[in-house]
Formats: sequence, structure tokens, C-alpha cells
Amino acid sequence: MLSLGSGGGKSTKPSFVSYVTPEDMKIKEKEEGLRSKHPYLLPGEVVFCSANHVLKYTQEDASQRGVYGTLLCTNFKIAFISGESASQETAPPFRNKLLSENDIPLTCVDHIYGVSDEKKKLIIGGQVKSKYPSKLIIQCKDLRVFHFSLTYAKEEEAKKIFQGIVHHSLEPKSLKCVFAFSYCETASTSQASRKSSLTLMFETKEDWSMELGRTKGNCKVSSANEDYAISEKLPQFFVVPFAVSDDDILRFLGKGIPFWCWSHHSGCALFKMACLPTIQEDGISQKYMHRMLDAVTQDQLCPVKIEDLSSCLPALQDLQLSYNKFKQLFLIDSTTEFWVSDMKWFSSLENSGWLEIIRQCLMKAVEIVDYLESAHTSVLIVEEHCSDLCCVLSSLVQIMLDPYYRTRSGFQSLIQKEWVAGGHSFLDRCNHLYQKEKEAPAPVFLLFLECVWQLLQQHAPAFQFSETYLTVLSDSINIPLFSTFLFNSQHHRDTAMKSGHPEAQRSPLNFPSVWDWSLQFDCKAQSLFTNPLYVEKPIQDKALRKTSHQKHQRQLSLPNTLSKPSPRKGFFKEETDNLKKIFLGKRISKWLNPTESSKELYESWQRKPLDYQGLLLPYLDGPAVQVWMQRYLRWVPEAQIFGGGSITTVNRVLELASEIQDLQKEVERRSCRMNSSIAWKQVYSGPPLSARLSSFPFTATHAWSFKPAIPSSIRQGLGSVSSLADKEDDDSQGSGVL
Amino acid sequence: MEEAPRFPGESIKAIAKDVMYICPFTGAVSGTLTVTDYKLYFKSLEREPPFILDVNLGVISRLETIGVQSHGENSCGMEIVCKDMRNPRFAYKQEEQSKLEIFENLTKHAFPVSNNLPLFAFLYKEKFPVDGWKVYDPVAEYKRQGLPNESWTISKVNSNYELCDSYPALLVIPTSIKDEDLRRVVAFRAKHRIPVLSWIHPESQATITRCSQPLVGPSDKRCKEDEKYLQTIMDANAQSHKLTIFDARQNSVADTNKAKEGGYESESFYTNAELTFLEIPNIHVMRESLRKLKEITYPVIDEAKWLSNVDSTHWLEYIRLLLTGAVRIADKLESGKTSVVVHCSDGWDRTAQLTSLAMLMLDSYYRTIKGFEVLIEKEWISFGHRFAVRVGHGDVNHTNSERSPLFVQFIDCVWQMMRQFPAAFEFNELFLITILDHLYSCLFGTFLYNSEQERVKAELHTKTVSLWSYINSQPEEFTNPFYVNYENHVLYPVASLRHLELWVDYYVRWNPRMRPQMPVHQNLKELLVIRSELQKKVDELHREASTRSLSSSSDRGSSPSHSATPVHTTV
Repeated sequence: MLSLGSGGGKSTKPSFVSYVTPEDMKIKEKEEGLRSKHPYLLPGEVVFCSANHVLKYTQEDASQRGVYGTLLCTNFKIAFISGESASQETAPPFRNKLLSENDIPLTCVDHIYGVSDEKKKLIIGGQVKSKYPSKLIIQCKDLRVFHFSLTYAKEEEAKKIFQGIVHHSLEPKSLKCVFAFSYCETASTSQASRKSSLTLMFETKEDWSMELGRTKGNCKVSSANEDYAISEKLPQFFVVPFAVSDDDILRFLGKGIPFWCWSHHSGCALFKMACLPTIQEDGISQKYMHRMLDAVTQDQLCPVKIEDLSSCLPALQDLQLSYNKFKQLFLIDSTTEFWVSDMKWFSSLENSGWLEIIRQCLMKAVEIVDYLESAHTSVLIVEEHCSDLCCVLSSLVQIMLDPYYRTRSGFQSLIQKEWVAGGHSFLDRCNHLYQKEKEAPAPVFLLFLECVWQLLQQHAPAFQFSETYLTVLSDSINIPLFSTFLFNSQHHRDTAMKSGHPEAQRSPLNFPSVWDWSLQFDCKAQSLFTNPLYVEKPIQDKALRKTSHQKHQRQLSLPNTLSKPSPRKGFFKEETDNLKKIFLGKRISKWLNPTESSKELYESWQRKPLDYQGLLLPYLDGPAVQVWMQRYLRWVPEAQIFGGGSITTVNRVLELASEIQDLQKEVERRSCRMNSSIAWKQVYSGPPLSARLSSFPFTATHAWSFKPAIPSSIRQGLGSVSSLADKEDDDSQGSGVL
Repeated sequence: MEEAPRFPGESIKAIAKDVMYICPFTGAVSGTLTVTDYKLYFKSLEREPPFILDVNLGVISRLETIGVQSHGENSCGMEIVCKDMRNPRFAYKQEEQSKLEIFENLTKHAFPVSNNLPLFAFLYKEKFPVDGWKVYDPVAEYKRQGLPNESWTISKVNSNYELCDSYPALLVIPTSIKDEDLRRVVAFRAKHRIPVLSWIHPESQATITRCSQPLVGPSDKRCKEDEKYLQTIMDANAQSHKLTIFDARQNSVADTNKAKEGGYESESFYTNAELTFLEIPNIHVMRESLRKLKEITYPVIDEAKWLSNVDSTHWLEYIRLLLTGAVRIADKLESGKTSVVVHCSDGWDRTAQLTSLAMLMLDSYYRTIKGFEVLIEKEWISFGHRFAVRVGHGDVNHTNSERSPLFVQFIDCVWQMMRQFPAAFEFNELFLITILDHLYSCLFGTFLYNSEQERVKAELHTKTVSLWSYINSQPEEFTNPFYVNYENHVLYPVASLRHLELWVDYYVRWNPRMRPQMPVHQNLKELLVIRSELQKKVDELHREASTRSLSSSSDRGSSPSHSATPVHTTV
């Protein structure tokens, strides 16, 4: 460490930090006994075990600073409560109603390390723990890192809490043990059943019809799977081409059926499909596939392009591996580690491959957009179960093409449609139950949010929601309360909620949806979810849209061959041939050529002035794909920019908006009360300014004193760049000095 | 065909038709090439809208003939290697008089100094409503800082540039220094660049002083007067009993310098002084780094290897080093209340980078448009950063090892700060890019020559136009709509590679796929307009109300105009 010359004046020590040595413990103990704090428990939450005199500290190289308090483990979370509560001034400006600053939901625990005799060891569940480590390091899925020292706790308590934490957060459990069950049994149903009215849940026929109507889709809503009669993986209602009969759906239990996702105004549409089981006899499946493709082309009157994701995107295991490497870059233990790893930043980032995966997904989505937008060709996305990367791509395509999905309610509806109804296995992918033998966990949904974030940071005015909204959404995945993320399919959810109730006669449990944001945040905090830079749809736009739709309808009424002359036949034939090959099990990896055509799409798109309510394409060249700083760096004290960061611009716009509001009020007041001149008091509605100046509004700023972060390893990594460094310095060549 | 647009004073030297521009992004295109004494102008009507390439001659580093295949008859080619990260290429038919003529003219006017021609700035006849040469008045700037005071004086000892030919005429030095002692100090510092004040903290009186290396040499020479001089600087600040000397160089390089005349202050001779090396490599390393950066960004970007390629240039690592150094200087003054002395070898490259960055962090005035212009005029231009040599204005000798993009690096650091504090600067990105464009263009006199002495001799202020005349005539173009006055807020950028980013809008701007981000500001600008309208209305209503109340009754006259919110909110 470099000396910082800040020994005296400036170090504004946060009031809650205490510097305690074991010698001071005796006094501390007494004080603490007097004011033992009770944990804040949610309905249905039970404390399993707790230990007093646990030291929560931040790893500082020399000094051991920290806070003493109680470490608890409940059926919902691991919590740390300190007698020394944060003062008003240092508390975070906004908070989550379910969780306090030092709470870790059990499902949010990623890894736990035990430190004994200065050795850091990964703790694995399932082993009998007779000994407990003196220190615990808990790494969370939302990238927080907690350090707890058990050294000063009573041995019995320390042992218990250690075993409790390991058991409840690292060992397999049954779905019933997930906190949502105890919560919903206790919490009043009225509270849980509130719905955000604007978000379509896609659980009813009406929702699907509405969506079909909105996009002018030429398909039908199928009730073939009502009461899950055909498949437990499929939703009860979905949309398919008219020519697909109930028998067709029954044939392979929903596999090989083109499910409608979205219709383009030109008439072409986006579909997704799960692969047929390969054991089928060739003749049958081939004929079947032909029929299905015919069904697609007949209704849409345009050719169809098949995108097989297994051949062009990374496998789920690769996704998980890459994310694990990537995430490691942000789980930083100490200042020294931060600066040492800083030198290797770019290479480690590249090695993780995570940004590359994001790029690939976006690129694939652009290709699909290109087919729909430029070639007016329907696209059928094919994936084994059509519920993983398929969801990522179909959602991304719709966000790029349809501004509705860039509004908050539209985005939430999209997730309901493509992910929840689409049967993404949230439970398995998030591995909430810690069942190792189950299917591979993979951050598929997170990958989707990452891609959306890239679009958001490149085209901020196109989105109604903010970066903070995405970050909070990504955190909500790890709160074991929302039906949205707890199940593998709608059927899974429905049965779990029914049987979960002790008396099955009574109405089934009603888990809250994550869209019920008021459960987590008050109105003020929710205002942070709105992007103040959003450029709303101009009013005249509506009229324009109408005309374009009329046009497209006219085209539809033309004979097929006239509207799409040459490409159709060959294109279609070729694609079916390819599809046959796929379903015959012979997968040809690179038959799909990432075409030059998306280059043309970019060029024509760039030529026009950017319309935030129109087509949105991501920039994909090297520098354009970036790290989601808010999500990944928000807990790293060294990386905080005091008084800066992108939040300041957001702040500025909010401020201006409130100023305008005030002025408007002032004008109104003055114009109606011309005669009086009572001094008008300015009302500032928002929270105090300085409090907002943190990159992530839900973090407290107190932990970081106002002191510049100075790299501690200047000399490292600069090694011998070239012989130039040793070359004669600047200007001393030529004319001698003096 | 219509002629190329021209600036007042610009004249066309040659025109050639049917020249092919080989665009690396959109393919070859044929058109007319015009060469004037200021620029090269290519226009093709083959595309809709017409394709135009406009390259000012000042930006040209070298011209190279290249062989061109696969472009039919056009078998001759020319590559124009530019200082601003692009290399446009042209192809043309062999043996054609007009083509030969145009390239002769190009060679001649791209390097006027080497051809005994005046730089275009001396021919430029544009008139601006504002005179940019008046932006920087050293006495006014020192007065703003509260100088002179009892410890520091504005000295005219260098008014004829006899004491030090690369320093400005006015210098701020300790009041108590005697003339004869000063002569000794002058002799002991490389290039006679003695420690002079750059900035003084308004509260603690801690100062930033800058100089060149002491001429210690291998035999550990001492200079009592120099030691005393630094002691005086320390004493001028009552808050601290220490003085920190930041040597920008790498320790090893400083040692090498010591082996031949140069060196650094020994902590045992300079009592109470602590010496810190900031480990910043020299100008050659920086030049090489930018060259590599060009390689990886022009014309194509290798997406898959982008990050490791950026890493391999070390460009951002050096940016990080500079910002780190400046943060340490600023922190020393602000938190440590300790005066600092900054030097490198000659004190006109890294020293200027560090002092000006530290001043930008410490003093919000320099974060305004006017203040930033003053900062450049003061720390860079007047204190003798050798712009002519480092940029090579009008000079054909592109291999000159004295060339180096130090100023570009500084502006990059400013951009990085701006990104981290998007509301702290009154100016926007366009302002920085405009400054860098005219660093090379030779349209304005601002960055010409190496020292104040040379500029006075060339009568620069009467014969050329200042860049600030242009900028200050349309400040709204260069204003950041997010600007909030941070007042006394010290800005500490986070000098971590995690927060540093390649300045794509400058370095990769020629790539059409790197289209600059749409102005997010649009929304904000609209809000600003609405607010000012409302503000006007409120004022009007207020006026009406007050006239009425005046005429009707004797009101207490409490003016409610306070209710109007201030334009700049403080943080």
C-alpha cells in the first residue's frame, strides 16, 4: 500500500464503524446484552439458529475494522443484526422492504468459504461439520461478499450457526422448503393476490387473443392443453397456425409444433419449436414436419426460415462456465486484490468469454430481425426444448422490433409470454434447490437481461425502464418468494401451489409475482425504475401506424406468387431439406451462414435518423459491448465514483423535471391568485440529492469514506513494454543539458 | 461541377477528376479530388447523398505511394497517413498530368514548413465576433487564485525570456527569493526551468509548483539555493511541515538521467521533502502506444480479440497512470494540505499533463469552457509544451522521434474524467474533439510554436486567429446540458481499468459502424427549453403582480422571486 497522507483531518469515519480489539470485548458484551435487537421477520419466517458476538468486517489489509452483532439463519435468509444501527444519515436512501442491508436470502448464497489458520477453503454442503472455521466468507449471487468472524462467539453458538447456514443454503432441499410456501400460508391472501394490471400474464385465452390482436397475427389460440391434458411442459393456452390441429399437437406431445411468438406488420411472424424426438421413423416425422411448415407458410403467406440454435450458440454448460469465470472478476476480497486484478482486467474479461456470448446472442437476434424486417420471412427458432436460448432470442427479437416491449409493462408481459408461459425451467436453471444431479444450472435469464442492458445503454431513450430496474430484477431471481422464478413450468407451479397447502380443499396458495413490485419497494423507490431519458411515443405516431397496417393488409390480399415472386419456392424447399437433415439427426453445424444481409440491414438502418419508437439494433463491434457496471461493481468500494457515475445524468433530468413541475404549479398559482403575493414555498419532492449520488441507489454510501482510491500496484504489470522505455528520456537528446 | 467549399483565405491549388477513393468501410468510389492550401476535398456523385471526404492537410503525417491491384486502370495509389487515426487511400491512372500535379501540390502544401511556405493559420481570414486571444490574461488568472499574496509574487524577471526561454514572461515565485539566488537556481535546473507556482489552494495555501529536473549528475552535486528555494515553497504553506516532490518519471529512468547531468532531489539534502516517483514512461513509449492503437482500430476491428488488443497497446494503462498520479497530487493538496513540486525531465510534457489534471480535479473553474481554455493556455501553451515539435506542424519529417501525442493523452484523461462525472463539466465531448482536431489542423494559431517567446516573435496574436474565437462565438454547441456546478467539490476519478474506456468517439470515429451515440441530451434540451419558458412566465406574472401590488397597496415587498429555482444546482 502506498502511504496516503490522509492520517488526520479528512478521514470522516462512518459513525457505525468501531475499532474493537478482543480486549475491549468484555465491555462490549455488557452493552450489547442491554440492547439486543430483534430481527425483522416476514410472515411465516422462523429463526433456525443464531449466534451473538459475531464480527462483520471488511477485509482491510492491516486494520481489522468491523461491527459486532448477531448472525441468524432463518428459513428465508441469513441475517446479521448489529446493535449499532446505521444512523439516519448513512442508511441507504432506498431500501428493499423484504430485506435489509445485511440480509442474504438462502437462495442468494453462491459460495461459502471458511478460513481457518489463514487458509481459505471452499465449504461444501453434505459433510458432517464437527469443526467450524474461525471466519466465514459468504459470496452472494448478487455479488455481495460478506466476511464474518466467529472467533469471539460462544463455541456452541458458532458451531450451530455454521452448521445451520451450511445446511440451509448449501444442501439439497425439497421445493416445499422454499420460503414462499411458509410465507403464503401465513401472509394474508389479499396481499398476495394483488396484480399489476398492465402486465399480461398469458395464463388465459384472453391474454393470448389480445396479443394476437395487437400484432395482427394470423393464427389461432389453442386450448388443446387445457388442464395440461397433453403436456405438463406447455402452458394451458398457446397460439399456433390455423392448420395445426389438436391431433397434431397430441402426436408428439407438443414437440415439433410451431408456437407463435409475435407477428411483424408485414405479415411474417416469429415462431419457436421444440425438436422432435429423434427416434421417430423418418417417413413419419418428415411428413409431419412438412405439414407443420406448410401450416406456418400458409397462414403467413410468406416463406419461413429455420434457425436451429444448437448449431450456432454456446451450450448451457459453456454459459455457466463462462459466467462463473466472469463473476469471479467482481468477487473481490480486499483492496490489494482489487488493484492487482485491475492490471489484468482486459485479459481476464476476454478470457471469461461472457461478453462474447452476449455479442453472439445479440448477433443471432439481429439475423432473425433481418429475416423478419428486410426479407419479410417468417422465422422458426428451433431448440431441443425451446425453453432456454430460444427464450433469449425470441424476446430479444421482439424488443428490437416492437417498441411496446421497451415499456415496463410490455417488457414484463414479454417475460411472462416467452419465459414463464414458455416454460423456461427457472427452478432448475437457478438451482434454487441445490440439487446437483438435476439438469445443469445456467444463467440463461441473466444472459437475457445482460443483452437487454446492452441495448439499453446503447439506446437509452428507447426504453421506459431504467438500468436500476434491470439490476433489481436480476436480484429478484434470488429471492425465493416469487412464483415467476420458482418453477419449471406453469403446470409445475399449479400443482405445487395446490398440494403445498395442508388442506387441499381450500383454495390453492397464491404466490406473489415478481411484478408485484410493491411487495419489495415503496412508490419512491419504484420511481427509480423509470428511465427519465425515455422518449415517449409521439401522438401522431398512431395515425402513421394505422396506414402502414392497412398497406400490409392490402399486400396480404394479393395472390401469394405476386407478392413474393422468386425467393419463396427455392428458399422454402432448401430450408425444408435442411430441416429434414436436422431431424434425421445429422446436424450440419455451419449450414447457416451468418449472412452479409445483416450488414445491409445495419446500413439502411443507420442511414435513417434513429427512431426510438422504431427498429432498434445493437452495436456489436468490439468496444460497443460493455460490462454492466451497475450490477457488477456496485458493491466494490474501490470502484465507486464519489459524486459521479451515470446516475448523475439521470439525477439531473429528474431534478429538471421536478423544477418544471414546480414552475408549472407556480404559474397556476399565480394566474389564479393574481392579487395576493404570499411567498411561495418551494417543495422538493424527491429525496435529498446527495443521497442519490450512488451508482446503485439501494446501497448505503457510509462504508466508503471520501478518500480517493489510489492504485497500489503502479509498478506491477508495466514491465518491459519495449526498449523504448529505456531510451533516452524525453528531450535530453541532442542538445546537452544546460 | 461545383467547387469545393472554402474558408476565407483558402485557395484551390489543383483539381483532378476520376480519382478513386478506396473506402475501407463502404468500398471504392470515384470522384473529383481538390487540393487547396488547407485541405484535401474528395467528392463523388456516385452515391446518394454524394460521398464527401474532407481531410485538412495539417493532419497528414506522411504521404506514401502504394501499388494498387484489383482496381482496373487505376494502378497507382496513394496512402495518406494521418495523425488522427486514419489512412485514406486513393487510386488513379498512371501517366496523367493532372494527377501528377495534384499530388505534387499535396506534398507541397501538406508540409508548408519544410517547403518554406507559411502555415495556413497565417492565411486564414475568418472574422469572429469574439477575440479568443483575450481569453487568457495571466495577471487576471493569478488574481483569481488570490495572487500575489505575502508569500508569492508575480515576477517580471523573465520578461525578455532571458532567464528561461521556454517559460512565459510572467512567473509566480516566492516573494523572499533574492535575484542572485534565483540565478543559481536557474543554473541548477534543466533548461533553466525553475520551480514556479501553478496553483494555490484557496484555503490551505498549499501550492502546486512545477519545474524541470535538478542537475544533480553522477557526482551528487548540490545547490544550497535550490534547497533553500524549495524550503521557501514549503514555508509558504503554514499547514504542513512537509513538501512532496512528485517525479513523474520511472525511478530507473531518473537514475539513468542522474548518470548524465540530470537527476532528482535527494531526500537527505532537501530536508522535509519526500520524493515520489509516479513511474510514467517517456514520450517514445506513448508514441508507440498510440501507433499500436491505430493498428487495432483502423480500418477494421477484430471483435473477438478486441479486449486483448486494447490491452496490448497499453494506452489505457498509461491513462490510468496519469490519472493516478494526478489524483495523488490532488489528494496531497486537498487532504494532506501539503504543497507539491512536480517535475519530469524538462517539465514540459508529463509535468504539464499532471499539473493540469490535478488542477482540473481541484478547481471547478477549470471545468468550465472558459476555465478549461485558460488551463490549456496556461499550463500547456505558456509554459512551453513544445507543440510544434511534438505535433510536427507542417513538417515533412514524420520519423522525428520528438513527436509524441502527449496532449492527446491529456485530453483523453479529461474525457475519462468527464465520463465518470458526466455533470461536472460545462463542456461536452465535441469541445474536446474540436480541440484535438485543431491541434493538428493549423487553421488557428493557438497550438503553433513551442514557446511564448517564439509566438511573440511570430506575432501570432495579430496574424492568426485563436481557436477560442471560434469556440466562444458559439458556446451552445460545446455546452454540456447536464452541467451542474460542483463548486468546491474535488473530483477524484477512479483510476481503475474497470472504469477506463477507449474513447471510441474519437479514436474510432471514422468507422461508420461506430456511429456516435444519439444525443441522449435531446430529451434534456427539451426540458431545458420548457423550463426557461415557464421561468419566463413566472417572472412575467411576478412582475405583473408586483406592479399591481405597488399600485393597490403597500405590500411588505417580500420578493418571491427566490422561488424561481437556480439554473445551476449545487451538489
